[in-house]
This record gives sequence, C-alpha cells and structure tokens, in this order.
Amino acid sequence: MTPGLWQHWVLPGIWITVQLTVYSAVLAAVVAFGIGTARTHHSRVVRFLAGFYTEVFRGTSALVLMFWIFFVLPNLFGWALVPMWAAVLALGLSYGAYGAEIVRGGLQAVSPAQREAGIALNFTPWQRLRLILLPQAVPEMMPPFSNLLVELLKGTALVSLLGVGDVSFAAYLVRLATQESSQIYSIILVIYFVIAFVLTRGMRALERKTRANLGLTATGGAR
Amino acid sequence: MNTWDWSAVSDFMPYFWDGLLVTLRILVLGSVLSFALGLVWALGYRTTTRFVRWPVNFITEFIRNTPLLVQLFFLYFVLPDWGIQFSAITTGTVAIGLHYSTYTAQVYRAGIDAVPVGQWEAATALSLPVGRTWTAVILPQAVRRVLPALGNYVIAMLKDTPLVVAISVLDLLGEARQQGGLTFHSNETITVVGIAFIVIAYPASLLVRALERRLVR
Repeated sequence: MTPGLWQHWVLPGIWITVQLTVYSAVLAAVVAFGIGTARTHHSRVVRFLAGFYTEVFRGTSALVLMFWIFFVLPNLFGWALVPMWAAVLALGLSYGAYGAEIVRGGLQAVSPAQREAGIALNFTPWQRLRLILLPQAVPEMMPPFSNLLVELLKGTALVSLLGVGDVSFAAYLVRLATQESSQIYSIILVIYFVIAFVLTRGMRALERKTRANLGLTATGGAR
Repeated sequence: MNTWDWSAVSDFMPYFWDGLLVTLRILVLGSVLSFALGLVWALGYRTTTRFVRWPVNFITEFIRNTPLLVQLFFLYFVLPDWGIQFSAITTGTVAIGLHYSTYTAQVYRAGIDAVPVGQWEAATALSLPVGRTWTAVILPQAVRRVLPALGNYVIAMLKDTPLVVAISVLDLLGEARQQGGLTFHSNETITVVGIAFIVIAYPASLLVRALERRLVR
C-alpha cells in the first residue's frame, strides 16, 4: 500500500469514522434521554407516542432507514441532506431508540421510595428527575450504553455504502487501487477493534466516575 | 422530484417476494449457523485449557467489536485470495452467522452460568461422563432459559440482512434498489421494504416477549 493512500484516504477515513461516531452518539443520547423519560411520563398519550417511536425505529433496519433518508426524502420533500448528516440522522435516531429503552429501564430501577421522597419534599417533576432519579439511574445505564456505543461505532461502517469517505470506504478504494484485499481489510478490522477498545475503556472510566458521585465503588455496594 | 405512484408498488410486488425469499433464506441459515457456532464458543469459554480459552476469547471479542459490513467485505474479497470461493449469498449467510455467533455465545454463557451448582454436583454424584453431563443435564436447562435472548438476536439479524446489498445480493433491499432504479420509483420501493421490516420485526418481538414471560414463570 502506498503512503499516498494512507494519507489521503485511510487516515482521513479514521477521522470521519470518529466524527460520525461522536455526532451520532450525541444525537442518540439526546433522543434516548428524551424518549426514555417520555416513556415514564404520567400522561398516557406521551407514553404511547414515545413507545410508538421506539417500536418504529427499533423495528426497521438502520441501513434501510439510511437509504430512505438519503434517497427518498429528497424526492418526496425536495430537500436533501449531505450524506454525512443523513448518516448521522439515521444512526442517531435508530440507536437513540435502543438507548431509550436503557434509559427507561434505568429510571424504573430507581427505588420508588426515592420518587416518593421527592414528592414529599415538594420537588417539581423536573427537579425530581434532575436531582433524584437521573443521578441514581445513570450509573446503572453505563454498561448497556457502553455496548450500544460499540454497536453505534460498527453501525457507522454502513455510511460507506452512501459514499461517505469513512474508514470502510477508504478500505474499499484501497482494495480497488491495489487489489490487495487481505492486507487492507485486516488493517481496517484492527482499526475498528482499537477504537472500540478505547470507547469501552472510556465508558468504564465514566461509569466509575458517576458511581463515585453516589459514593459507590465500581463493583457495587457502598464505599 | 416525482410524485408518489401506487402502481409502482404493485409493479414491484413480484420482485418483492423474490427479495423476501432471499432475505429469509439468509436469516434462517444465518441463525442456525450462529446458534451452533455460538454453542461451540460458549463451550470453548468453559474449557480448562488456556490454549483453547484464550484464543476463543480473543477471536470472539474481536468479531464482536468490528463491524459486520467490514467482515462481509473481508470474507467476500479475501477468501478468494486464499482459494476459497463462496457465492455472494453464502458469504452473506456465513458473515451474519459468524458475527452473531459471538453474541449468542455470550447468551449461552449466561445460561450455563445460571444452571444451579447442585446440578453439576448431582451429575458428578451419578458419575456421569463429561459428555453426558453436558447433553443430558446442563445444556437442556441452559438453552431453555436463553431461548428468548436468542430470539432477540434473530430479530437483530433480520435487520442486518440488508447489508448483503453491499456485495450485490438481491435481497429485499437489493430488489428495491434495483427495481427502484430501473423504474425511477425508488421512493415507493424503499418505503415498502422499510415497512416490511417493521411488519416482520414487530410481531416477532412481541412473540419473543411472550416467550420470555412464559419461560420466566
């Protein structure tokens, strides 16, 4: 493989993959917390709408969704998204739906007495959520979020099919240029593995930090 | 920008069924492969020899943490270099089966760990050979417990089958892309396929949930 291919495709490709992961993860987190808390809302209509969102976006394939946003939206409504943002939208919306279930599970796992204590102290629902429920629920959500983040990272490879120049797309070009498939695809697999490893370590650290805020050790139980 | 045309949907239908058959074929064979191979990995985790356990751990972690799409390309483009040539559909099936076997392995592992210690001790007390202990005592209990979790991965696999369009298999999405491109009605075809996935996946997830409730009880 020539240095030119490295410099012009593979290295920028890694950067684009990282960017895609970060942007989609931010969007997915917003969706997850929004939809997830909506699923514990007292109004039946809000709960139903949030449940409907989750079922639709979990039920359809991320790739089909991506194709739909990229190819169908422009035809139907006359506006098109840059491939990068179409990809971020598709990934963020669908992984956000999975995340919403994690958020819901985490919120529901907080002991009901905590919620009642908040009511007794005359906290508003928003204060209860922000000051009591989320700080206790978030550490519980960390391990499944870590899994989901790795899933998201792997999902970013789909964007190469829309022609976004991520690291998978770079691999495709390098294969076309050099006809040496085994080398480049082995390298690409290792690159993904390394990024995933860094992500899981980072999430582990974040989990320890959020647990420490509650005075808990990493393995559970009080310190 | 062209308008929505329902006749494009009915024109697409024959191709839709062709694509659906391909998607289901990949799904069924891929599931079988992932269930079987996952069990092999899970038994590999339990072996007492490190020379088996470490490689199994490393291989499964590696497969789990890298994208299915890249693995698909890897199998499709690299295996021929080594003199192994599969058709595109077979490559897709193998890639999906292999990728998800690393997930089902974790499921089996949890199931095996959940079998009470007393069952192992009972097998020892009856001096059952190792093979019989697994086939007659441990696995029947472990697998029953994890069936719903395996079902979840079948649904996940269903949603990953469209990836095979990347190696130009004409599955549901492949047919939608091709027919949509030929008739200039991609809007209709891709939307129909998207809805088809929800129509298949949603009842399937309800089924898995019902199964879960029944088995947990």
